[in-house]
Amino acid sequence: MKEIINKIEKLYPISDFKQQNDKTALLTVEQDKAVDLLIYMQKFEGFKHLAILTAVDWIENNQFQLSYIINNPELKMDLILRVFIDREKAEMTSIHNLWEQAATYQRELKEMFGINFPNSPRVDKPFILEGWDGLPPYRRDFDTKKYSEDTYFPREGRTKNNPVEYMKQKLYPDE
Amino acid sequence: MSKEHTEKRTVYSPEGEAIEVDPLKDYFCEDLPEVHKKSSIAVVENFRNWARSRSLWVLGFGTGCGAIEMRPLMTPKFDAYRYGIQWRPTPRQADVFVISGYLSVKTLKRVIRTYEQMQGPKYVMALGSCTINGGMYWDSYNTINRLDYYLPVDVYVAGCMPRPESLLAGFDQLKKIIREGRGEGYNVYAEKFEWYKSNQKKIIKDWDMPDYNW
Repeated sequence: MKEIINKIEKLYPISDFKQQNDKTALLTVEQDKAVDLLIYMQKFEGFKHLAILTAVDWIENNQFQLSYIINNPELKMDLILRVFIDREKAEMTSIHNLWEQAATYQRELKEMFGINFPNSPRVDKPFILEGWDGLPPYRRDFDTKKYSEDTYFPREGRTKNNPVEYMKQKLYPDE
Repeated sequence: MSKEHTEKRTVYSPEGEAIEVDPLKDYFCEDLPEVHKKSSIAVVENFRNWARSRSLWVLGFGTGCGAIEMRPLMTPKFDAYRYGIQWRPTPRQADVFVISGYLSVKTLKRVIRTYEQMQGPKYVMALGSCTINGGMYWDSYNTINRLDYYLPVDVYVAGCMPRPESLLAGFDQLKKIIREGRGEGYNVYAEKFEWYKSNQKKIIKDWDMPDYNW
């Protein structure tokens, strides 16, 4: 793992390298070089498999974090590439040419986070939600409780109990 | 989802003949549901209710996690067939619809479509706390909170999830209700059709089917 990182360090602007164990490592790469690095890892370092492409909403920093987890089946290694993109102008280069299944992940991210991937196949088609209009639901400024209360006719009289206190009272009322 | 399949279009036969198709008129009936009239003779009505309660045919449509409880119920361990309850593969042959657990908006659309295709008299049995007040998904952006705003519910089975024993108790209760002539959900649906439709259309935003599809 260390040799690979030493090699790519000279070629690409990477930072925040963190080795979790022998087989797993995390690193952050600049947005405009991320796809170049993915191509390099796929073609020359044997990271042939894209395990997942997912996103995290860092609303405090006004950023989205995209995580590409790529896997090298021969060395049994995982590499987690983190890319931070601007939250206001959420757009990233599509990687459906490298891995076909990435198109599906990108469709999901478009629908759930509102991150656009131009030219990705079927990216504008609804993925899970049918006819959703409004803020994408996985963004952290989307208030799911308020949306549910406004939309789905909540039943009155719903109460909440602390399970520890409640069961203590119920089982041992004298103590 | 696009609404293309409900729009008027021209199709061509193998001979090259152009045919105008209006799917909403040609493929669906425009009539709205009607209230079933009861027999004026009490004995006849009682006999009908007795017969209905003795052959509850359930639609094999699992909408949520509760679908897993129906497998042991229909297989030898709990064997619901001995009570005259059996599972059918098509809504046309079924008269009990078991809503098994949470309903996402996407599933609700299919559920409404299926419920309307069932022949009356038909009954709805709602499983789990999700159909009563949303259960553990009460604040989800994608699951409904109360089923009775969208479909008339005849009997609720509480629990998260109710075990097959509670389901059997629920079927027992449903039988009792039908025998007493109180299983009137399908008539309520016909009477308050506008209200149910307005609730359904409020949350199903891409409505691409006729108002009543049976």
